[in-house]
Amino acid sequence: MPVLCSSCGDKRAVLKRPKTGHSLCKACFFWAFEEEVHQTIVTANLFKHGEIVGIAASGGKDSTVLAHVMKLLNERFNYGLELMLLSVDEGISGYRDDSLETVKRNQEQYELPLKIVSYEELYGWTMDAIVKQVGRKNNCTFCGVFRRQALDRGALMLKVDKICTGHNADDIAETVVMNVLRGDIARLRRCTAISTSSEGEGVVPRCKPLKYAYEKEIVLYAYFKKLDYFSTECIYSPNAYRGHARTFLKDLESVRPSSIMDIIHSGENLSVRDGVKMPVQGTCKRCGYISSQSLCKSCVLLEGLNRGLPKLGIGKHHRLHDKILNQQPLTEKEERKLKAVHF
Amino acid sequence: MCQVEEEYHGPLLREELPSVSRQCVKCKEASAAVVIRAGDAYCRGCFKEYFIHKFRAMLGKNRLIFPGEKVLLAVSGGPSSCSMLSQVQEGLSQNAHKKLRFLPGIVYIDEGGAVGQSVEHRRRTVEELRAVFRATGFPFLMVPLEQVLDLPSSVVLSAPGAPEQEAGAYKAAVDHFLLSDGSSGVTAGQQQETPPPEVQEAHTHSLQRLLGSARTLTAREELLNILRQHLLVHTARSAGYSKLMLGDSCTRLAVKLLSSISLGRGAQLAHDTGFSDSRYGDTILVRPMRDYSAKEIAYYNRMFSVPSVFTAGLDTKTADKSSIQHLTESFVIKLQADFPSTVSTIYRTSEKLQSCKGSASAEGDRCLLCVCALDTAAENASAFSATLISEQLSQTKSPGESRQAPEWTAPASQCCSIVGGELCGNRGGGCCSSAKASESPPLRSLLCYSCQLTIKDMSSEEVLPQYILSEAERRLRRSQLREEIRDFLLEDEADEG
Ligand SMILES: [Zn+2]
Ligand SMILES: [Zn+2]
Ligand SMILES: [Zn+2]
Ligand SMILES: [Zn+2]
Repeated sequence: MPVLCSSCGDKRAVLKRPKTGHSLCKACFFWAFEEEVHQTIVTANLFKHGEIVGIAASGGKDSTVLAHVMKLLNERFNYGLELMLLSVDEGISGYRDDSLETVKRNQEQYELPLKIVSYEELYGWTMDAIVKQVGRKNNCTFCGVFRRQALDRGALMLKVDKICTGHNADDIAETVVMNVLRGDIARLRRCTAISTSSEGEGVVPRCKPLKYAYEKEIVLYAYFKKLDYFSTECIYSPNAYRGHARTFLKDLESVRPSSIMDIIHSGENLSVRDGVKMPVQGTCKRCGYISSQSLCKSCVLLEGLNRGLPKLGIGKHHRLHDKILNQQPLTEKEERKLKAVHF
Repeated sequence: MCQVEEEYHGPLLREELPSVSRQCVKCKEASAAVVIRAGDAYCRGCFKEYFIHKFRAMLGKNRLIFPGEKVLLAVSGGPSSCSMLSQVQEGLSQNAHKKLRFLPGIVYIDEGGAVGQSVEHRRRTVEELRAVFRATGFPFLMVPLEQVLDLPSSVVLSAPGAPEQEAGAYKAAVDHFLLSDGSSGVTAGQQQETPPPEVQEAHTHSLQRLLGSARTLTAREELLNILRQHLLVHTARSAGYSKLMLGDSCTRLAVKLLSSISLGRGAQLAHDTGFSDSRYGDTILVRPMRDYSAKEIAYYNRMFSVPSVFTAGLDTKTADKSSIQHLTESFVIKLQADFPSTVSTIYRTSEKLQSCKGSASAEGDRCLLCVCALDTAAENASAFSATLISEQLSQTKSPGESRQAPEWTAPASQCCSIVGGELCGNRGGGCCSSAKASESPPLRSLLCYSCQLTIKDMSSEEVLPQYILSEAERRLRRSQLREEIRDFLLEDEADEG
């Protein structure tokens, strides 16, 4: 006997919502999913009428669904937003080439302008070249730091007011767990925020409209909407530690499906004791980007790459920042410590 | 694509090679008997000194336990709480200036009934522990968990505590104590040999029915934790103890911190894992073992023959993925094996948290079960309201249902106040009617986010012990009353009742 949709009570249910366990028909699922994103946008005041919004598009499922839903809601509810796609080309052959093709198709399907910024043009390094120098162990560090700045630079070129990213509920819960495991209280406090206001020169405010959407529901939505997305994991796989956290989260979800939301709830309600030292945000003395040190992470990593000392940006070498800024040579001992370790 | 957004931390340290040195790092003379952290090898004597010093330092640093104060040690029979007991004994036998100056007593909660042990099995465990406790000379209480069924409702109220002690008060109390009878031996009264109370079979069945009504092991463990804590606090209160010492080790607390986060208890983390926990007001929970790792404790107990007694828990024989608590424990332990800084890193987070802001002085603002401040205000765009919205949007929206809404309305689930008027009337029924249809049952409105999850996993709320049900009824009546007279109240005052 077919199960009836628990929402309309009329049509046949085609899926069980991972988030609530309800059985829904296709139309009711689409409506619920879109309505939830809409309510997130409205209650969190993510956008203002007339704003230019850049959608960070990678060609993956999250950003493809984000682009689709943003365009749809913008028209349905008359947000009055001017939407654009913003992509970063990390320079990973065989992976990014294909996913960028997907983004280009999305651009045509959604009729949205697209801007692609590449690591190569911004930093003079492709990820392929970086991995050649640093090995596979820490490459995600480079990629993460560079992408963050690349999006900002692209956003400035496009003159957008805001960037929205495809981070979903699973990503945020995972980040909460990661920050607990690292003991990073400052990030733990910030990481559940749905939006960041402009933190300084060159930093565009960001928001996460899919913050409360389950990854599984994003996949279901993309599947039933037959959205065109690219589903291969990055060939430079993320570090093992994050992998552990991800597995843990999946296990939690299988024991209690609401775990993802429960962890986000925890993150939203944490209260840091008064008097716990938090890093003070300043700006990078070289490029002006926000940084709690005299040099931003991106500049330190780049300096390390250019000098052939890739470990410079990994771990804490704040003491060396002044030397770098003043273009002083490093001692032999310092150099030796920062050379790549080959695996 | 890897979802790493801002990941640039130093590589976490993998297990370092054991130290080459076989000499004690402290006295540099005796040969090392134990390596507690990579490189830190101690000889027997120095390890003992280090271990004992750490206990006194933890109490000294926090200055919470006053000289002459009655302190109840909750001993489960496990290695950590038994080690705590031996540290208190050790502290009382020290010479004058290092001596602990409080009056200890012991309580053991016999949970055998909850895990289905035979009467004979339970009797044997109690006898074993009785021998351990008798040897300490401290007064002790053996309480079967079944007694939780007869608790008074006052347990779930936060009793007004002693007024905030001034900074100088501790020192003054110490001085005063030293002047008076600080030199004489002290315990919290005589050891009395009261036979353990008879447990009626019917009570054991009720307890089992209560725990059995939880459909998930996760909820069952949460429920058991709550009941145990209520019984401990009640026992302390009625025997005149103002502090309750719990034996949570650093390892235990790291697991608890992560599982609390996974259970949605972010707001209550400071209470759940901090050195002191004042949610009950007059009876303060203290965790003096929080600086010791489970490994250190095991070494110490073995080396100095600290007795402990194995008692089975709810999850003793279950698979890793059976409950959130169990899953988290095996996750942390496995991670710790690969990355030895895992436990201490997680643990340090617990020192940087505080209980949630905003005063929850009124009983209406505290959770009926865990007695922590409620964290369920439906703020705009929160995980809590997003979940409510998802549930509303996935259920039938029949127009008639709004009229059947229960009399008592949960403030949290009014969707119109959440989304703002402009969206109402959208698509047929609109969100107003759908909101009413999924009104949360009244009792849940008295619970924090996490305890709501626990109750959601129970087949019936009716099996909850009477002291909880009658307190729930009282609170609901009061809030209904407040609703009726709301128009006449000049300010939205907190309920002081
Ligand atoms: Zn339907
Ligand atoms: Zn910079
Ligand atoms: Zn020694
Ligand atoms: Zn609670």
